This record gives sequence, structure tokens and C-alpha cells, in this order.
Amino acid sequence: MIHHQDRSATAKSTTEPLLWSLFAAGGMVAALLIPVLIVFTGFVLAADVVSFNRLDDLFGYFLVEIVLFGMAVLVLVHAAHRLRFTLVDLGLKRFDRPIAAMCYGAALAGSVWAIIALFF
Amino acid sequence: MADETITLEVSRYDPDGDSEPTFQSYDVPFQEDWVVLDALNYLKDQVDGTLSYRWSCRMGVCGSCGMMVNGVPKLTCAVFLRDYAPGPIKVEPLAHFPVERDLIVALDDFVSKLQDIKPWIIRDVEKPLDEGVYRQTPAEVARYQQFSMCINCMLCYAACPVYGLEESFLGPAAIALAQRYNLDSRDQGRDQRQELVASDEGIWDCTLVGECSAVCPKDVDPAGAIQQAKVASTLDWYKSFLLPFPGRRKQKTEA
Amino acid sequence: MSKPYRRPMSKLWWLRRRPYTAFMLREISSVFIGAYVVLLLVLVWRVDAGPSAYAAYLDTLKSPGMLAFHAIAFVFALLHTITWFLLAPKALAVWRGQKRVPAPLIAGPHFLVWLLLSGGVAALFLA
Repeated sequence: MIHHQDRSATAKSTTEPLLWSLFAAGGMVAALLIPVLIVFTGFVLAADVVSFNRLDDLFGYFLVEIVLFGMAVLVLVHAAHRLRFTLVDLGLKRFDRPIAAMCYGAALAGSVWAIIALFF
Repeated sequence: MADETITLEVSRYDPDGDSEPTFQSYDVPFQEDWVVLDALNYLKDQVDGTLSYRWSCRMGVCGSCGMMVNGVPKLTCAVFLRDYAPGPIKVEPLAHFPVERDLIVALDDFVSKLQDIKPWIIRDVEKPLDEGVYRQTPAEVARYQQFSMCINCMLCYAACPVYGLEESFLGPAAIALAQRYNLDSRDQGRDQRQELVASDEGIWDCTLVGECSAVCPKDVDPAGAIQQAKVASTLDWYKSFLLPFPGRRKQKTEA
Repeated sequence: MSKPYRRPMSKLWWLRRRPYTAFMLREISSVFIGAYVVLLLVLVWRVDAGPSAYAAYLDTLKSPGMLAFHAIAFVFALLHTITWFLLAPKALAVWRGQKRVPAPLIAGPHFLVWLLLSGGVAALFLA
């Protein structure tokens, strides 16, 4: 006889809706913006097509800084959340708590780095 | 043509003697119009009566002949030998479930999960019989009809690595069935189901591998059901901050 | 009393079938996308520090390692974008009367907005 677990003690998750919505928002932002950004900051800049002054202007606009900040935070949380569940899917469910702490911690550190890079 | 054969490698397990399953090879006549289940029936009738497996309707309705065919969960009544020619064809019990004997898996976990999500219409107060039936418009039926086509064949569980890794995961069919009732205009039981569906063992475990929907013989799309349940549960969560005194939810606008 | 046999699940399950491998690649895209965002912030920081700092960054950017990283990250970013938009209809059930709005009509506008936004970003860099 196989004993299935008692599910009477289950409860709605209070953290996953928040994390999942940030994951989803970050995934959408990443899907829309990351490919074109990689093309420009990875290849077009390397080809010396864009002048320093143009870049300096561009990253100087407050609106651009705000958009970049929002994008960075959401995309980092997206990546952290996805990596956490990828590691779980690789059979590391036992370590979900430390993995989650590590992933979201890294996203938080990255967000602090975004503040420093963009606003200081 | 008549003496052409194809090889079946069938997983065998005798719980009273074997420590683990082994493969046994059989040559069966290669018939153009035979499905894999026909070949198994031939084996049981003509070659080896000890071979054990489940089947019933042989027409894709009962959902009992699900097995792994060359590593992919299939209804064996719906895949032809010719699809796998020249063979060999590997036939195994559905993945991720404990094996009872040969190609038969234990159903206990799946059945208990189906019951746990309360797959019936729940009313706050049943209306008296003499007031007649609960009526629905075609549009109201359309909302849940797709999720009501499930035949409990468990192919989706055999395709789901999340379930394979973690048996506590509620799983594709059970969540799709919960959505089937949550989306029914006659039902008022969503809050009761949410305790389990929106728990850590429910929708949040799913990483949208998507194979549950790919292998489903009835196009139920459990992966879609789970994603839509995530969206609805997330909206619930945000609304719980916007509305300090949540009243009774209107069923039809949610889920 | 006989007991059912529990088959162990290989940690390499995602290599067993092509759809599983594709899923794992899709998930791994997050690592490259996350790393790229950190690098993008480094660029902003270097531009902010002035022309000589930026020139030094450009030299690094032109190294084979950095070009390779950006090339790989780009492929994964494309994989993310395409799979994300193609899966969006699963989460969004839009109904028009008795008919569900078909998946291409949900995914299509995502791709359209993507192209428009990409053009906008390109214009900002090249203005």
C-alpha cells in the first residue's frame, strides 16, 4: 500500500505570487529589450559606430536611467527566480531554501549595483 | 508480408521475485493496421500469458492503456506499429509512477490528488430541486469545456519531470481538473480548492516544461490551465492588498 | 506482501528527450541574461567615468572573450524572447463570446511590439 501524504495542512503560498509576478514582468521586459541591447552594447559599440558623446548623452537622460534601473531589477529577479527553479529541476529540491537565498540575494546585490552604476 | 515481424522490448517486473524490472524481447507479426496494444494482446494471447498490462476500450476513451513507447508516454491503442518500423519498440510502464507488475503502475497517488482538488460542483447553498437545473449559456460552457475532456490517462504525469522529481507536486491533470470546476459558472468552490492549488505543492512548483500538454491525447492543455491559475492566483494576491475587506468573490470573473 | 518498484529519476533526465533539452536551454538563458545586465551596468558606469574609462572598456569589449560572451548571450536572449512570446498565449486566455482568441493573435502582437521597441532602442543609440 502506498501512503499518499496528508494534504490537510497545505496552505496558499504567500511568497510565490509576488515572486512569480516579478519573474513574469522581468521575463517580458527581457524578451522585449535584451536582444537589441546586446546587439548595440556588445557589437555596434565594438565597431566604433556610436560616439562617446552620444552614449554619454543617452545614459545621462533621467528617463533612460529610470528605465534601465527598472529593467535591471526586474530582469535580475527574473533570472534569479528562473535559476532557482532550474536548480530545483536538476534534482536539488532539498536545497531549495539556500538556493533561493543565494539567487534572490544575488538579484538584490545586482540591484544595489544598478543604483551605484546609474545614480552615483 | 505475412511473415514480417517487428521486435517489442517489453519491461517485465514480478514484484514477488524480481529486484528490479528487466526487458524481454518478443517478435510479433508486423501488421500494417496493428496498434502497439494489438501487439501486446497478441503476446498475451499467443506467446506469454503472464504479461500484465491495463487496457479496456482500445479506442482512446478509457485512458487505461497509457505506457512509455520508446520513452514517450502514449496511449498504446493510438500508436501504430508502423509508426515505429522497423523497430525495435521499447514498451515500459508510465514513467514516474511505482511499478506494480510488468506494465502496470500504482494509481494511488494520482487518484488521491484527483479527490483532493474536490472535482465536483460546490455550492454555498444548493437550490431546491423544484427550482430546476442550473442553466448555462454556450459561452459559459466554452470557458471550461477543454479542461473537462481529461480521461485520467496520466500521460501528463509521466511527461512531467517536476512530478518525477517531487511526488508531492499536485501535477498537471489534477490542476487542470481544478480549473475545470473553478471556471464553471455553476461552481462556487474556488476558495476551497485554492488552499491546495495555490500552495507550494500546487501551481508554483510548475516550471512550464510544457510536455504535459504535448503528450495529452485529448488536447486538454494542462500547462495552459496551470499558467492561467498562476495569473488568477497572483491577481488574488495583489487584490488582497487593494481591498481591505474582501467580500465574496465573484466566481465568473476570477480564475 | 509484494511491493511496487520505484524507478530512480536520473539527474540527467533533461538529456533524455529533445523537448526536455530545449526546456533546459530555455531556462539556462536566464544565467546569460542576468550576467549581461550586470555587464550593461558596467558600461553605463564606465561611460559615466569619462572618455578614457570608456576607451578602456571598449578595448576590453573588443577582446575575443567578450565578443564570444555577447554572441552566446545574444543567442540565449533570442531563445528567451521567442519562447516567451510563444508561451504567452498559454497564460492569457482571452475570450470572444464562445471562441477563445487563437494563440497566434496573442503571440503576434508581442512580436510586433518587440520589433517596434527594438527599432526605438536602435534609433536612440544612432541618433
